Amino acid sequence: MRLERRTSIPKKLAIIAPILAIVASLSVSGVLIILAGVNPFIAYFEILKGAFGSKLAITETLTRASPLILTGLAAAVAFRARLWNIGGEGQFYIGALVAAAVGNSLLTGFPIIIAMTLVMMCSMISGAILLAGPALLRLRFGIDEVVTTLLLNFIIILFVGLMIEGPLKDPFAFGWPQSVPVDRSLRFADLVPSSRLHKGFLIAIFAAFAIWIIVTRTVFGLQTRATGFTPQAAAFSGISLSKTIMGVALISGALAGLAGAIEVMGVTGYVTTTLSPGFGYAGIVVAMLAALHPGGVIISAVFIASIFIGADAMSRATGVPSFIADVIMSLSLLTMLIAIFFTNYRIRK
Amino acid sequence: MIEALEILTNASLWSAVLRIATPLIFGVLGALLCERVGVLNLAIEGIMTMGAMIGWLSVYLGADLWTGLAIAAVSGAVIGLLHAFLTVSLSLSQHVSGLGITLFASSLAYFIYRLVVNVGSLPPTIEPFQPLELPMLSDLPFFGEIFFSQMGPTYLALFAVVLMAYILRQTPLGLAIRMTGENPHAVDAQGLNPIMIRIFAIVVGSALMALGGSFLTTAAFNSFFPEMVQGRGWICIALVIFASWQPGKALFGAILFSFFDAYQLRLQHVVEDVPYQLFLMAPYVLSILALILVSRRAKVPEALMAPYRRGER
Amino acid sequence: MSIVLEIDKISKKFGSLIANEAVSLDLKKGEILALLGENGAGKTTLMNIIYGHYTSDSGQIRALGKSLTGGKPREAIEAGIGMVHQHFSLAGNLTVLENVMIGSESLFKRKSNRQLAKNKLLQISKKFGLPVSPDALISSLSVGERQRVEILKALYRDAKILILDEPTAVLARPEAEKLFKTLREMTKEGLSLIFISHKLHEVMSAADRVTVLRSGRVVAERETSKTSKEELAELMVGHQVSRPVRKAQSTGKKVIEASNITITNKKQIQLDRISFSVSEGEILGIVGISGNGQAALGHLLSGIGKPTSGTLTFYENRMNDYTPRDCINSGIGRIPEDRNSEGIIGELKIWENAIVERLHDTKFSKAGFIRKKSAQIFSENLIKKYDVRGATSDTQARLLSGGNMQKLVLGRALSVSPKLIIANQPTRGLDEGAIAAVHEELLKARSEGVAILLISEELEEAVGLSDRLQAIVKGRLSEPIKAEEADATRLGLMMSGVWGEDNET
Repeated sequence: MRLERRTSIPKKLAIIAPILAIVASLSVSGVLIILAGVNPFIAYFEILKGAFGSKLAITETLTRASPLILTGLAAAVAFRARLWNIGGEGQFYIGALVAAAVGNSLLTGFPIIIAMTLVMMCSMISGAILLAGPALLRLRFGIDEVVTTLLLNFIIILFVGLMIEGPLKDPFAFGWPQSVPVDRSLRFADLVPSSRLHKGFLIAIFAAFAIWIIVTRTVFGLQTRATGFTPQAAAFSGISLSKTIMGVALISGALAGLAGAIEVMGVTGYVTTTLSPGFGYAGIVVAMLAALHPGGVIISAVFIASIFIGADAMSRATGVPSFIADVIMSLSLLTMLIAIFFTNYRIRK
Repeated sequence: MIEALEILTNASLWSAVLRIATPLIFGVLGALLCERVGVLNLAIEGIMTMGAMIGWLSVYLGADLWTGLAIAAVSGAVIGLLHAFLTVSLSLSQHVSGLGITLFASSLAYFIYRLVVNVGSLPPTIEPFQPLELPMLSDLPFFGEIFFSQMGPTYLALFAVVLMAYILRQTPLGLAIRMTGENPHAVDAQGLNPIMIRIFAIVVGSALMALGGSFLTTAAFNSFFPEMVQGRGWICIALVIFASWQPGKALFGAILFSFFDAYQLRLQHVVEDVPYQLFLMAPYVLSILALILVSRRAKVPEALMAPYRRGER
Repeated sequence: MSIVLEIDKISKKFGSLIANEAVSLDLKKGEILALLGENGAGKTTLMNIIYGHYTSDSGQIRALGKSLTGGKPREAIEAGIGMVHQHFSLAGNLTVLENVMIGSESLFKRKSNRQLAKNKLLQISKKFGLPVSPDALISSLSVGERQRVEILKALYRDAKILILDEPTAVLARPEAEKLFKTLREMTKEGLSLIFISHKLHEVMSAADRVTVLRSGRVVAERETSKTSKEELAELMVGHQVSRPVRKAQSTGKKVIEASNITITNKKQIQLDRISFSVSEGEILGIVGISGNGQAALGHLLSGIGKPTSGTLTFYENRMNDYTPRDCINSGIGRIPEDRNSEGIIGELKIWENAIVERLHDTKFSKAGFIRKKSAQIFSENLIKKYDVRGATSDTQARLLSGGNMQKLVLGRALSVSPKLIIANQPTRGLDEGAIAAVHEELLKARSEGVAILLISEELEEAVGLSDRLQAIVKGRLSEPIKAEEADATRLGLMMSGVWGEDNET
């Protein structure tokens, strides 16, 4: 058995392959649902209903998708340059923490739009700085950023816990420790009235558009792609690998930090150590499912969000553990990898 | 200050060091074996999670502890087979495959756990390993408690270090493993099959990782709960580099690490005003520091992360 | 004489590319057979099939009477076939002994018998006159020593048929002659050998018979005593190919000058106090066996490497700290040594590759945005002007063949209206047609007053194109000689480091 790279990808295959991948992952997950004693078709119907079956469901799904779009973009931007940013989770949390800290009291007196922009920018800067560390370690010392960004996630989440039990503790909150809240005036307004869907969703969409322009139309985008594909040739042609990777790291970290900001400013208003149900890691899956395409990230973010929102509802209705959502998500990543592979290679004797 | 130093004279500290090190030793050995054939196995965190859950579940359903460990090891081997299929047969990105499998194995483990244990109920406990007191030796002062009153799996871990070091250095299989990680084409040219060697190493390595995970539920704690692996898998990946891919140094690294972990646990009781999160951060910070320290002199297996495709030169 | 290896109508296709078509040949016991052909003729593919790295689509192989099913090097080894690969199959971080003995013991064996293996290795090493130290790390060995290990690997497994793939590509003339002498001794011990080469003089002097491959087919078989270099050359290429001829011309100002440049990297001296200069309208050829510092020299001149000491000037401007971008902006066109890893980004489109060196040129970008239309027009012009076949501007660059890729790289370098061209192995791996095209463009540039520094391993190319020549040996450069003074003996000596009384390396 030999693997041969295809010279061109047949259009049909390029469309069918991802669909087959999703079907495969839903099928395997279906087996698990049977193990839970439930008819998978009923379960999937409940998931669909829970995600899209009512106005409330749809707004919940899109609300969940907002940070995912941003962490997905963060992963996509980084992966395109072969910078393996697995630290989206930590960058999310630092962005959230900074948003709460800055947005709590520091900006009273500024016009609302300016203040909100400043809050988001501070979050983006914090996320960027966080990823800059591992990026520098890679550029200077050749240390694999996968490990350093992963380890940083744990450090940052502990740090957030430390801060919200200490200097940033909300003295008026009872129960689990939470941070001081973002000032009411700086919260995102509802996009759809009496729902949780907030205008931060539009920020996420706009970010996807901006990234798309950067990647496809700008010099920096071309430099990024060249660096990711063939770094040696990129360097030979005059592209500074360190500047490119650093630039990518700053943008990627900023996007993940922004995800934290809009979640705090749009949904909860404050930070806890359980603010993120794994947005950073899910962002990686979102990016891979979208083949790193910024527009595709929006679609796959909504897809992943719908699985989680739907599974929550389905779990309440049928008793199937809601972890099935994580299973479906991770399986989709694996099947998609295999599908993409077969669109690029064919099997030869 | 005095109390901080006094902890060091306590035999129970050092005994705890070996105990805490056990899952790390298994994990590092497993990751090391995979990397020696040229494959970075980032599924480790997920494999350890699955190993922990399966180990606990087997015992909960009636198996004895050692059988539980064996079943956990098998579960690790199966996941390893999946990883080998993606990264060796299909030559997919080792980074993405590993992370994807970690997510999958973890979520599958939690799902199965939830099928057995409902949300809201306390995690059911099992009867864990008890220390195996070696006759006479365990009565030795100080050293008796540290070296000769450990649990069975800890002795197994130490034995595994010796065994792996021997195999890598002294056997034809070990040479084949080492060369596959340096130049798989050379292995192929000499009539061996680097693909089978890679698959073998990944499967065995993953079994070891799962053993490490199962120690957490059958010995360290006595129940399973989500997020219990807490990044130990990633720490093992860092430790492999710190150990220059050698089993002996891996043991040293795991022990050094666990020393700081055990020490920090006891230090918390002695030092009052420092937030506990700082102590908990220590392992992860140390791992990053270890990586920086070692980055200069690392003699990486030359074919690590390079996909091997037959017929391509 | 008995036949030890029979190859019968072997065919192999890679997609639409025909690598071998109905190739048949025999190897007789005790003889040295040469397999001659241009780059891309199918020689290495055929040998890889014999050794089991590839399986053939059809055809038979019989070695020492046994029929081989193919596809497994293990089977070939057991049948007595050994292979010395062009790119050595060695693991740098392991010892000589480990590299030799791997695969010789069962994987189920509980303990390796190192002592026994070492004795056997030393015995064979002595018998065939190939001295090695078994416990040395491969990474510490010279190229010649590594090749010895490659050969010993095969002899250790009791090979009776030895295949050598371009064995002298990395050897200096005296070493190459010694190798062939050793190989001849081996035939007296009962071995039979095939070696692949594209060097005519080698084939004529070292082989008993030669089989010529062209475009995957056997076109001729000759006894070397009954043929000539000219006949073989014509058979190899299929028609009279003449490379363009250089005409003498006057030169202008000094464009680039290097003065006592040394480059040390991690305690290793890569370039040792080298000096040279190239003027407008002249080609300076730096000849040498691969691995003598050409890579470092190429990087230095491309802006990737910096001198540790010494000065490099470009038209009187200090060039020591030039980055690739500085080189491009100053009008230095560069052709890298390895087009696949340094020259072209395969996954990008051809138009993107065409402008990748000049992204900040106002022609191709404005305010950080790419001017796609302008870039595509530029790229289309390049394709037309330099006869890049098999693609349009929108095709992925990796789909180009080697020759067309090199033409693109060359065209790109020439399009900056360069005052200096650095051409590093510009025709490596190309067929005669592409080689002639590249030479023509270089000579044309020269006639227009461009200064060209050519780094080449192919003597014929260097002598044909260069006005002056310097040899690079172990990081040192010989004094320049004029092309008229360069005869085979003189060059051979220069390339072995014999430079005159106080210049020897």
